[in-house]
Amino acid sequence: MSCLVKLKDMTPRIERLREESLNAVNRISAERALLVTEFYRSGRARGRSVPVQRALAFDHLLRHKVLWLGEGELIVGERGPAPKATPTYPEITLHSLKDLEILDTRPKVSFRVDDEVRRIYRDEIIPFWKGNTNRDRIMAAMDRPWLEAYRAGVFTEFQEQRAPGHTVLGDKIYRMGLLDLQREIRRHIRALDFYNDPEAYDKREELTAMHLAAGAMMRFAARYATLLHERAKEEKDARRCAELQEMEAVCRRVPARAPRTFHEALQYYWFVHLGVVSELNPWDSFNPGRLDQHLLPFYRKGLEEGTLTEERARELLQAFWVKFNNHPSPPKIGVTAQESNTYTDFALINLGGVTPEGDDAVNELTYLILDVIEEMRILQPSSMIQVSRKNPDRFILRALDIIKTGFGQPSVFNTDAIIAELVRQGKNIVDARRGGASGCVESGAFGTEAYILTGYFNLNKVLEITLYNGVDPRTGRKIGLTTGDPRTFRSFGELMQAYHRQLDYFLDIKIRGNNIIERINAQYLPAPFLSLFIDDCIANGRDYNAGGARYNTSYIQGVGLGSITDNLTSLRYHVFDRKDVTMDRMLKAMEQNFEGHEELRHRLVYMTPKFGNDDDYADRHAREVFEIFFARVDGRPTSRGGTFRINLLPTTSHVYFGSVIGAMPDGRKAGEPLSEGISPV
Amino acid sequence: MKGLIFDIKRYAVHDGPGIRTTLFLKGCPLSCWWCHNPEGIRKEPEEVVTVHRMEGREYPVRETVGRWMSVEEVMEEVNKERTFMEESGGGVTLSGGEPLRQAAFLEDLLLACKREGYHTAVDTTGHVSREALRKVMHLTDLFLYDVKMMDPARHQRYTGVSNRMILENLAFLAAAGKELFIRIPVIPGINDDEENIRGTIRFLRGLDGAVKEVDLLPYHALAAHKYEKFGMEYRMAGVPEPAEEEMERLKGRFVREGFEVKVGG
Repeated sequence: MSCLVKLKDMTPRIERLREESLNAVNRISAERALLVTEFYRSGRARGRSVPVQRALAFDHLLRHKVLWLGEGELIVGERGPAPKATPTYPEITLHSLKDLEILDTRPKVSFRVDDEVRRIYRDEIIPFWKGNTNRDRIMAAMDRPWLEAYRAGVFTEFQEQRAPGHTVLGDKIYRMGLLDLQREIRRHIRALDFYNDPEAYDKREELTAMHLAAGAMMRFAARYATLLHERAKEEKDARRCAELQEMEAVCRRVPARAPRTFHEALQYYWFVHLGVVSELNPWDSFNPGRLDQHLLPFYRKGLEEGTLTEERARELLQAFWVKFNNHPSPPKIGVTAQESNTYTDFALINLGGVTPEGDDAVNELTYLILDVIEEMRILQPSSMIQVSRKNPDRFILRALDIIKTGFGQPSVFNTDAIIAELVRQGKNIVDARRGGASGCVESGAFGTEAYILTGYFNLNKVLEITLYNGVDPRTGRKIGLTTGDPRTFRSFGELMQAYHRQLDYFLDIKIRGNNIIERINAQYLPAPFLSLFIDDCIANGRDYNAGGARYNTSYIQGVGLGSITDNLTSLRYHVFDRKDVTMDRMLKAMEQNFEGHEELRHRLVYMTPKFGNDDDYADRHAREVFEIFFARVDGRPTSRGGTFRINLLPTTSHVYFGSVIGAMPDGRKAGEPLSEGISPV
Repeated sequence: MKGLIFDIKRYAVHDGPGIRTTLFLKGCPLSCWWCHNPEGIRKEPEEVVTVHRMEGREYPVRETVGRWMSVEEVMEEVNKERTFMEESGGGVTLSGGEPLRQAAFLEDLLLACKREGYHTAVDTTGHVSREALRKVMHLTDLFLYDVKMMDPARHQRYTGVSNRMILENLAFLAAAGKELFIRIPVIPGINDDEENIRGTIRFLRGLDGAVKEVDLLPYHALAAHKYEKFGMEYRMAGVPEPAEEEMERLKGRFVREGFEVKVGG
């Protein structure tokens, strides 16, 4: 198969939009920062409850932000003033001038910063927000053990730079317009029981905020309708003029009312997407989820009625695709940049899987979207296929064709395993079937679950600390427990016991911190717009960040499974079983980064059982570590009424985590990356 | 009972139909000049030194090639591959060296495979006793049978043995109705001449339709380094790999004679 992009299935206009997206320069836009600062400075927030403040800020933003309308676009709306002009969120985390400099000049994942942005930051943004951001609040609330563990690289904390979030839309918007949602909200407000419900006031404020946010978005869509109207008047080309008028009609229909057509459905989603990523900077952007399921009725109806052709649907989808590619992940700095060093913002579109009844969900739209993925061949959005026993081979074979081209999509997930896990966690089977995987690999019930990532956990750093009896050798600081000088351990069991204790200790620190951060976000960083769309926030009168969703989950992501297995195996094999290396010698060699111990290093690398080779001697340690991690975290309560769970994924944090660890018993040298994902080294 | 095995290859897709697990039994009565598994020729385990290179230093490491394994031990490894073999219409291939050299062990292995419901293929030189063949043929679904050259003297020169027993056994298996894939290594300048090709085709035609497939295996020089490692003489210096066009031309010859042909197997 040729490596060239199959451009024959792309109209010239799509080719151009795609090209523009690829060539657009990633840069920082200060627009959002300015508007948000302006709002808070104006005094309009004073005296209002926090949820209402946030909704009013959101409204201010949407009223005044520049509207981008690209040449030939079909789906309208940009997060910033132009494609890849990336906003900042100073109320959450404040970039210093030095940070901006780093963003501008770093070799990988850079963002252009022009002088105007620098000036605005220097004169307006930084003076107003310094010391007043959510990050400041979080850091001030963390205790010393947390801060020390965080600085040592035992774990990271997503929410120090980004809002929670990470969720996927269900089918709500395809049934209900924002006017319908507002009606529902008013009904709930009227039904509040101020006599017996102690939370009635909080609920009213939250619901009011949601109502306001819905109104703000409808106004935004109306601004676009007006803009399109004006543009149509000036348009000389008759075909484009008709198209602009059609787009205007779409923007007058959605998001106020439920969509009736394929085009309206896509535009509605896109407005919601823009709202979610403008209100806050949630981890993993936003995600339409099971696109081939949600759009199918509109697709079939359009074809039947003769108002849609397959070619037009394809073109709309391609135009839709480009929109995601225009949104690089909001720039991170410091730790968070190293843990996720990429432009991708992980909107992972799901295809296939099963229907709510459990049947094969693959349909003609599934194949059409697979075509679009293959044709567009762009970084974002990400895509995946859900494979169930119920799905036809044809579906898998088609996806394999695309995978073979090697650009990294679609990824492949086991629907049946996802459903089994969600049900194990106590979710309703229908909610589970409507779910899938998002972000990188997180399983969730789409439309009903707030499954928030709280940060990566450095399993290997904890082993290093164990080997130094609670001390971080990089700084000499005692940040862990006293579990004994490993030179005195007489069995591998003793070592594992020490590691187990240290692991539990640091996991508890992480969880304690998470529970505080969750309350901070619930109180200071609600997301009333997002809450409109995830059930059961409206019914509960509670924000997405405060436990309003039907299911609430907080994930801790374990990193370095391959490395920890190899490290433990090496210690067991050489120090305790074969006894060809003493613990003292091993530690000395590690301290010296194996200089002068090359022969030993060769033995550790080549003459030791390793993870991933079908060798139980090594692999059992993977299981052991997983079980400890799982047992200490899974099922514990979070402070917003949810449950803690684990998963294993690094994004790129195995690089950062390796950089804070010295040489280790598997032969890895100081500062080098750890194993990635759940793969062997 | 134990047998001497020098390799187990998982996900083998060139050793018969489907995805297979190939077991390599050590010891071979031939010593073909082009053998790419020379470590399988000697019938005893042998020690060999591999040099690891790390950061500019060399570390010689001793390894033993060839391990005595019981049928249970072998089947434990084979059964790990069950899903792939069953789903793909594959099975187990017994190869080597010459698997029939350990006929009793082979018989037990094949019995165990059959009990597990696997399809069995035996990859043989054919230079074995009729008795050994009889022992295992009723447990073998498919024979992968090498036919290297037709002239006995040339055969002797390049493989160390005559081809008489080989051709007689082949005719015997064909007459007994066994399914046959004929494997022909194509070695430029050694067996790809017109006389040999014509003679091979004539002989195969005489097997009355028992030949299900002809696999033309182009010679490759990838195994050259093994000879030095195992202290054996490498006699293939200067012999080129056959060109793609030559393989296609040869394939055409056999196809025209009515054979099903695969280049590479």
